[in-house]
Amino acid sequence: MDTDAITMMTIGIIMVWGGLAVSIVFAIRKEKQKRNDN
Amino acid sequence: MENRPQWGTRTGFILAAVGSAVGLGNIWRFPAVAYENGGGAFFLPYLFALLTAGIPILILEFTIGHKFRASAPGSWRKMNKKWEWIGWWQLAIAFVISIYYATVVAWAMAYTFFSLRLQWGRDTEQYFFGDYLKIVTDPGQYGGIVLAVFIPQVIVWTVTLFVLYRGVKKGIEATNKVMLPALLILFFVLVVRAVTLEGAVIGLNDFFKPNWHAIFDGKVWVAAYGQIFFSLSIGFAIMVTYASYLSKNSDITNNAFITGFANAAFELLAGIGVFSILGFMALQQGVEVDQVVSEGVGLAFIVFPQIMNELPVLNALFGFIFFGSLVLAGLSSQISIVETFVAGVQEKFGLSRSKSVLLSGGLAAVLSLIFSTRGGLYFLDVVDYFINNFGIALVGLMEVIVIAWFTRQLKPLQSHADAISDIKLGVWWRICLGVLTPLVLGYMMLDNIRINIESTYENYETWFVSIYGWGVVIVVLLIGIWFSMIGRKIGERNG
Repeated sequence: MDTDAITMMTIGIIMVWGGLAVSIVFAIRKEKQKRNDN
Repeated sequence: MENRPQWGTRTGFILAAVGSAVGLGNIWRFPAVAYENGGGAFFLPYLFALLTAGIPILILEFTIGHKFRASAPGSWRKMNKKWEWIGWWQLAIAFVISIYYATVVAWAMAYTFFSLRLQWGRDTEQYFFGDYLKIVTDPGQYGGIVLAVFIPQVIVWTVTLFVLYRGVKKGIEATNKVMLPALLILFFVLVVRAVTLEGAVIGLNDFFKPNWHAIFDGKVWVAAYGQIFFSLSIGFAIMVTYASYLSKNSDITNNAFITGFANAAFELLAGIGVFSILGFMALQQGVEVDQVVSEGVGLAFIVFPQIMNELPVLNALFGFIFFGSLVLAGLSSQISIVETFVAGVQEKFGLSRSKSVLLSGGLAAVLSLIFSTRGGLYFLDVVDYFINNFGIALVGLMEVIVIAWFTRQLKPLQSHADAISDIKLGVWWRICLGVLTPLVLGYMMLDNIRINIESTYENYETWFVSIYGWGVVIVVLLIGIWFSMIGRKIGERNG
């Protein structure tokens, strides 16, 4: 595969899937904290 | 309002919101839009649009629903009675979309079964337009009901109305908890198969190869904003309605980030899958990828069946998976669209949920018969184009302008979101919604008006576009205003 294409595919995947993963982790931590507080 | 239904869990709400956002457009629109607007370079404007318009509008709509705990008309009324008609306008748009969207899901359902025997044969175009839709020659003719469209359409409406009748938690939430994971698994299997096909690399190279000149072209940025706007189910009351069922202490901002990123992640996955398959097809036919690129109905019901014919093994299975994915993605979106007006009518007129489902959902189901006729595709094409470009886009523009500049609700809404969310909103959120989004959406709107004045959409006859395009857009607006007036009278009578 073309190097530029691989680079753009990697950037796209990291930014979008990475953004999703970070948001989910953030939400899980918040929910755990909520449960501990209760 | 104390008896307002609630989501059982935060996950349930997120799955329902993502299920609504992830629809047919993610699979058949995004790949072509990205390809035509700079390929890999498109991701920069796309991500910029996601962060400056998509997620900010999602946060806005989640906050409105959560703060006022009512469907769109009720929320607008609580914000300022003068603007209640915008809520009804949004509901009327959702009503029209639900009528034709059900038909497309019905086609996908029929094709799911056709794929078991690759019933479309070698000439997939003739099969779709001729054998399946039995399309009439002239737009504007009805030509009688097509049973093969009507029967799956009845199934789609029965499922949708049954889910809504079951309510928010037992119906919408429970269904999305099954449908969305199922969609993800099916689509993942499809993408894995696609990227391992011979020629997939050719398609992926063409899809991701960046054309850096494109990012200096304003039209590419407008296309990115358009894609984000149309694919996130924003602007027509869905997210307001869904967020109105959140519990009082639910996080808003991070839920919006999860929904926005999940939608984008699915689109990217769809792009990888679709272009891998198009690369395979280009290789089989000995042509360039740009000669097989397609989108919308043509991609799903003509190009994909051709590709299924060419697959070396398990053609029927992968056809079944592809069309099954379309059905799941479409159904979860259809449920959310119908829920907006079922909830709005129920609240305003004090009906029980079952009555509202039966009356408003039933009326939409009956009206959708027009799209199961032999002329249905022409009606669908025009109504879809005009309701998207001059319905959703215009009401979305009105929504942000009125909230930012007329009711001046951005600061109070920001305070509400910040009080219960982990991620605090800064001034960036107000700038995105108050300045950037209205500018881009306003430009999009003016450009669309210019294009449609200069030429008639798809060269249809003027009377046809005037009635079923512009006419529908105007009637939908008038119905919104009329309903707000009826609603006000009933509200006053009921105290």
